[in-house]
Amino acid sequence: MRKYLLMVAAAGLLTACGGGSKGTDSKDSSAASSIQVDGSSTVFPITEIIAEEFEAANQGLSVVVGESGTGGGFKKFVRSEIDVADASRPISAKEDSLCKAAGIEYVEIPVAFDGLAVVVNPANTWASDITVKELQMLWAPEAQGKITKWNQIRKEWPNEKINLYGAGTASGTFDYFTEAIVGKAKSCRGDYNPSEDDNVLVKGVATDKFALGFFGYHYYKANKETLKALAIDDQNDANGKGAILPSEATILDATYQPLARPLFIYVSKKSMQRPEVKNFASFFVANATKFVPETGYIPLPPALYAKASARIEQQITGSPFLTLSSSVGAKLDEVYK
Amino acid sequence: MGEKKKLKKRLRVGALPKAKYFEWQDIFFHRFAMVCTFFGVVALVLLLVGVGSNGLDRISWDFLSNGPSARPLRAGIFTALIGTLWMMVLTAVIAFPIGIGAAIYLEEYNKKSKLAGILEINIANLAGVPSIIYGLLGLQIFARTLMLGNSLLAGALTLALLILPVIIVSTREALRTVPYTIREASYALGASKWQTIWFQVLPASMSGIFTGVILALSRAIGETAPLVVLGAATFVTAVPTGIFDNYTVVPIQIYNWVSRPDPEFSRNAAAAIIILLMFTFVMNGIAIYLRNKSQKKIKW
Repeated sequence: MRKYLLMVAAAGLLTACGGGSKGTDSKDSSAASSIQVDGSSTVFPITEIIAEEFEAANQGLSVVVGESGTGGGFKKFVRSEIDVADASRPISAKEDSLCKAAGIEYVEIPVAFDGLAVVVNPANTWASDITVKELQMLWAPEAQGKITKWNQIRKEWPNEKINLYGAGTASGTFDYFTEAIVGKAKSCRGDYNPSEDDNVLVKGVATDKFALGFFGYHYYKANKETLKALAIDDQNDANGKGAILPSEATILDATYQPLARPLFIYVSKKSMQRPEVKNFASFFVANATKFVPETGYIPLPPALYAKASARIEQQITGSPFLTLSSSVGAKLDEVYK
Repeated sequence: MGEKKKLKKRLRVGALPKAKYFEWQDIFFHRFAMVCTFFGVVALVLLLVGVGSNGLDRISWDFLSNGPSARPLRAGIFTALIGTLWMMVLTAVIAFPIGIGAAIYLEEYNKKSKLAGILEINIANLAGVPSIIYGLLGLQIFARTLMLGNSLLAGALTLALLILPVIIVSTREALRTVPYTIREASYALGASKWQTIWFQVLPASMSGIFTGVILALSRAIGETAPLVVLGAATFVTAVPTGIFDNYTVVPIQIYNWVSRPDPEFSRNAAAAIIILLMFTFVMNGIAIYLRNKSQKKIKW
């Protein structure tokens, strides 16, 4: 028994000493060869597939990808803990000023499109489309406890309780949906079923006849048999007449509005002085068309990837979205002139 | 007649001849206790069947030896498995001496003081703190203040804190099983306190202590929340080679896979759950073996 104790004590001492002496240099060497990415769990699958291909193409380089959420990623970005931040919405003015205060310049790179689908149960025979106004009435904070039945949205719909499902408040998806529908990011009723795990939302809507929910388009696409998407009418004929169903085509040609959004990566300019980080960003843009469809997301048109690649080459810092009043409905080719 | 009345009073029943009533009461309680016992077992069996039918055929050498991948059929848990092993050893090395030291202090050196009473209550409370709170604590102290960042060491220190109360409580239990007469006999032979603890008390309670430590560790390897808060990465292809390297662990892989839309990923998650359960079962098996061994061996 004494032997065990001595062994454990010795092992403890050894690691403690070993750690103390080699600590700093080991950290430096790992920082030199690995690229640290963190942020949106929506962008995670895209970054993952690109990281995998990048490592396969560049032996010896490693990419580490986390998923702390868009906001969590920017917090680490501001503290210089990561080289690249994944984001499912443009950087906010507040996050931008924190970056400035910390002396961090960044290059904003759009990498793909994602749509948000508004879905109901397939047994729902009454609803097939919904207007943005109706969605706003339903999801606004004032609706809490008041708009609880289907026929309060549209008279001809049944006098049944409506059960709401949506993304949790920490996600960029929630931020984008509330900004696009309610008009102000994070402004939303509280009496709905939130989950950060979209599969939970899918199951919730698929098993509840009187449910209505919203989540990423590719989750709808993967579960088409158990869900029914509603066509969205933004009552603006300039971007498509009438109610429009989500699909690759309608998201790409910006007629599925306002629930189509671009996804971004933000690369620190300082990190880009390391060639492997810059190569990773270039590789990301150059190979996105090829690999993004595998993840279920929608690649940008080639012209936009060309613009993104130019932003990397010329190291154009800052975000043009900060000059817009709202990022909702912004057309990327106009934003990046 | 008088006898019967007395008996009635003592049993506090209305009428004695209702023997059937007691019989039914007995049968009912027996069944109720049985249902309670099987409730947990049935839940475990359902979990095993569900996970097994979903993930068992995904387990292969490739699944164990491949790193993470965006393609579900190519994805494996190698780096996560190595990360979990690292985490387990490192957590044990940190928590084991500290936990046992604290338990010896409380049980052998400072048993009756007021301070010990306060410490005892606080340690019991710590055992009930949700694990995510430990994650926040670790993020501030280890990851940021001590600048350990997203490293194995920061994670292991946090998990060690998380299981310390469990180790302290179980070690104290083990120390208490050593009869006081053994200590007195040791003192009577002229041994110092240190000699008594080191040569008599610790060897006699070692297997009990190990049992507690192993059970605590098997809880630690299933933890996700504190590590997610600490910022453990999800996609890591390089196997950690030192305690300052980035890492991922099996529960984080599972957490990521269950939230993906492709059903193939949820099969991967099921397969990884089986591997993690096997880990836990083996560790609990070792704990039970040690406990049985100690019960047989020690004779005074």
